[in-house]
Amino acid sequence: MSAFGLLPFRFLRIDETRTLVVNEVGEFHHLTNEEFLQFVRHEFSSDSTAYLDLKAKHFLFDSDSLVPFELLATKYRTKKAFLDGFTSLHLFVVSLRCEHSCHYCQVSRVSIDRARYDMSGETARRALDLVFRSPAPRLKIELQGGEPLLHFERVRQIVLDARMRAEAENREIEFVVTTNLALLNDEMLAFFKEHDVFLSTSLDGPEALHNANRPRPGNDSHARALEGIRRVRETLGQDRVAALMTTTRGSLALPEAIVDEYARLGFTSIFLRPLSPYGFALRSVRATGYSMREFLQFYVRALDRILALNAGGTYLVETYAQLLLTRMLTPFATGYVDLQSPAGAGIGAVVYNYDGDVYASDESRMLAEMGDTRFRLGNVHRDCYESIFGGETLRRIVTASVAESIPGCADCAFLPWCGADPVHHYATTGDLVPRIPASDFHEKNFFIIRHLLSLYERDAATRRIFGSWIQDRPSRLEEVA
Amino acid sequence: MRLHETAGVANINRSLVGRIARTPSGPDRADTWLLAEDGLLPCDPAGYLGVLALGARPAVDGIPVAFGLRQLGYLDDGDVVAVDPNGFVRTLYRRSSRHNVILVTEQCNSLCLMCSQPPKAVEDSDRLDEHLRLIGLIDPATEELGMTGGEPTLFRDGFLELIARCKERLPSTALHVLTNGRLFYYRRFAEKLGAIAHPDLMLGIPLYSDIDAHHDHIVQAPGAFEETVLGLQHLARYRVRIEIRVVLHALSIPRLLQLATFIARNVPFASHVALMGLEMFGLVHQNLKVLWIDPVDYQTELRSAAEILLDAGLNVSIYNHQLCVLDRHLWPLARKSISDWKNVYLPQCSGCGVMEHCGGFFQSGTKVRSAHIQPVRPVETCA
Repeated sequence: MSAFGLLPFRFLRIDETRTLVVNEVGEFHHLTNEEFLQFVRHEFSSDSTAYLDLKAKHFLFDSDSLVPFELLATKYRTKKAFLDGFTSLHLFVVSLRCEHSCHYCQVSRVSIDRARYDMSGETARRALDLVFRSPAPRLKIELQGGEPLLHFERVRQIVLDARMRAEAENREIEFVVTTNLALLNDEMLAFFKEHDVFLSTSLDGPEALHNANRPRPGNDSHARALEGIRRVRETLGQDRVAALMTTTRGSLALPEAIVDEYARLGFTSIFLRPLSPYGFALRSVRATGYSMREFLQFYVRALDRILALNAGGTYLVETYAQLLLTRMLTPFATGYVDLQSPAGAGIGAVVYNYDGDVYASDESRMLAEMGDTRFRLGNVHRDCYESIFGGETLRRIVTASVAESIPGCADCAFLPWCGADPVHHYATTGDLVPRIPASDFHEKNFFIIRHLLSLYERDAATRRIFGSWIQDRPSRLEEVA
Repeated sequence: MRLHETAGVANINRSLVGRIARTPSGPDRADTWLLAEDGLLPCDPAGYLGVLALGARPAVDGIPVAFGLRQLGYLDDGDVVAVDPNGFVRTLYRRSSRHNVILVTEQCNSLCLMCSQPPKAVEDSDRLDEHLRLIGLIDPATEELGMTGGEPTLFRDGFLELIARCKERLPSTALHVLTNGRLFYYRRFAEKLGAIAHPDLMLGIPLYSDIDAHHDHIVQAPGAFEETVLGLQHLARYRVRIEIRVVLHALSIPRLLQLATFIARNVPFASHVALMGLEMFGLVHQNLKVLWIDPVDYQTELRSAAEILLDAGLNVSIYNHQLCVLDRHLWPLARKSISDWKNVYLPQCSGCGVMEHCGGFFQSGTKVRSAHIQPVRPVETCA
């Protein structure tokens, strides 16, 4: 027995014989159940390896040294650094129109009514006024739709105007255009090149699946996306376009084919995303619907394929795993608005809709399209920065998204790696606060984190791959031939 | 190569520090030693600091002269030399070398079991003036300069003055300081160092364990771990770049993986991590029984530790290891760290295919070595 004090941690009986302990800053350790009991009963022998490991990871302290407290304070501050600077990501819905009619798409309109669904120049200017009120040292503007290339004039105006303002204020700014690439032309490419614009596109997998998910006139979405990707890479550079996939019912049987399609096309990342329960998705649930359990089975198979590709020398990152692993294995913060505590809705990212309405997140905007405007923070024509970003609506969202105070989350071992998504919780249950354990949000994150932990423990080769994902580049240790 | 020699002297009644010139020099004559060979002077020595003579004493009078030097024939323009009244001549700086080091003080507040430069309990703060003068004489085109000890920070404000002088006189010279970092436990001291804003300063700071008692034992100083670790935090706060130096031996190997994890989690701001083999100098010999482990026997730990650090995004180098005892995966990290003029190879190295990439051995440290030194197959070069 020895004299030591406990530092804050949470724990989980991870299997029959072992207990996982995780401290407030996300460092973790596996103990045998016996060691765990000795630990919490203060009966731990101070020369055991487990004791020293827990001491070095700041689960316990045994002297008046300030080291554990000072380091924990620094690390806690670092983990919450995504809060620094307030809202940095600003999304503009430059048009609600789209020439695709994807089954899962949330809100776009196939319409020629420009006046009704396009963002006006004045709305864009006023939105930019708000963007530049944000104290964030680095700003990111994401132009989306609908299909933003249908309203390229506004894209051009926003980029030029924002660039000028950023230069005048000596602030860093970057631009992303989220587009299906089908309408990309040389003029647009030249503009993107000149202004260093990054492109984000959709790719759901092999041609048949992609085209089935993403109908458009001519049924050629896949071919056009590939042609667009090729041209972007040729003109702007290999790494200037990334793709996102959305999992539909049709995807579930094809995890390997989807992953292979990304690898074949030379992408270095793939983001395996379940369908969001918003917008039209709720109504088309019979056509595309599946349970979270089915998605997770799909995720595991896809991840296995991705790991096998990496082991064979093809560098391909799964973006969601990368995000979670960065939280689990590094001291750094990751701002991902849908999975942080408090959530990033409004305070990390904000959406300016085509009509000037300001929303806490893209999902909030989709709910509004369905008639529920409770997450509308204001309108660029009627409200000021203070009332939009300091108002009751945003306060309520943020307050409800502190996972440390959510029943079921507060004492979960995975809390330091997880977060909350109040808009999602509301959309799925009608309550800003999730009901753990019934929540699909909980089901997804708890399962994936647990799965990643077991993979991490499995073998050194997998740890190497995870390490390369965290570093966002292939591993640097290769045997000298 | 020797850096000091005793000469005959005349007209020297205090320590004189000057820069060498083989040919007539410009307006800074008062700082310049004119170098004479075989009794021949390149010009009239009037107005110069003095004359350094290789071999015979030249026919000069009334100015400082050191003569009879035989070992320092390498001296060349721009080198800096100090001469004491008792004839002790020291080369302080060689312009052609990439390994110039200022030994700031011989005092230290730790007494590491493997110290290669055992400290002395002497009051030597009078060295400071010589260091300041030396910094003023070093060629500003010098790429790198080191500071070591003892513990250089023990001079407190004097240390800060040295750094500030380097910034002022040698703004484009990379400055690398070996320190145990303990005094940066005092936040104000770190703040003052940060405030100097030297453009290319790196502090090399040792961390030998993730457990305070183990580190304290290795450096033979209770409380050192706390001071160093909190010192690192303070240095990061004031944007002073740091390098972590881990010496590998029987006391640091058992928790090397945990130490790597500790560094990744708590010192992610380190610019560089150096994993270093034992240098067979100084105290290491008397503590060899507790320190020695054949490098061959810790390759698994070393590789895992390097992987943990690399996966954390840290830059990692391995110093003082012969390639034949190093896991081939680790070769890309191996650096020829031994100064060019003190490394040697062994008879069994002959025929080795990678000798030119290998740091070899310290001249004075070949007796205690791995039992597995052997020639290895060469690196296949890529087209």
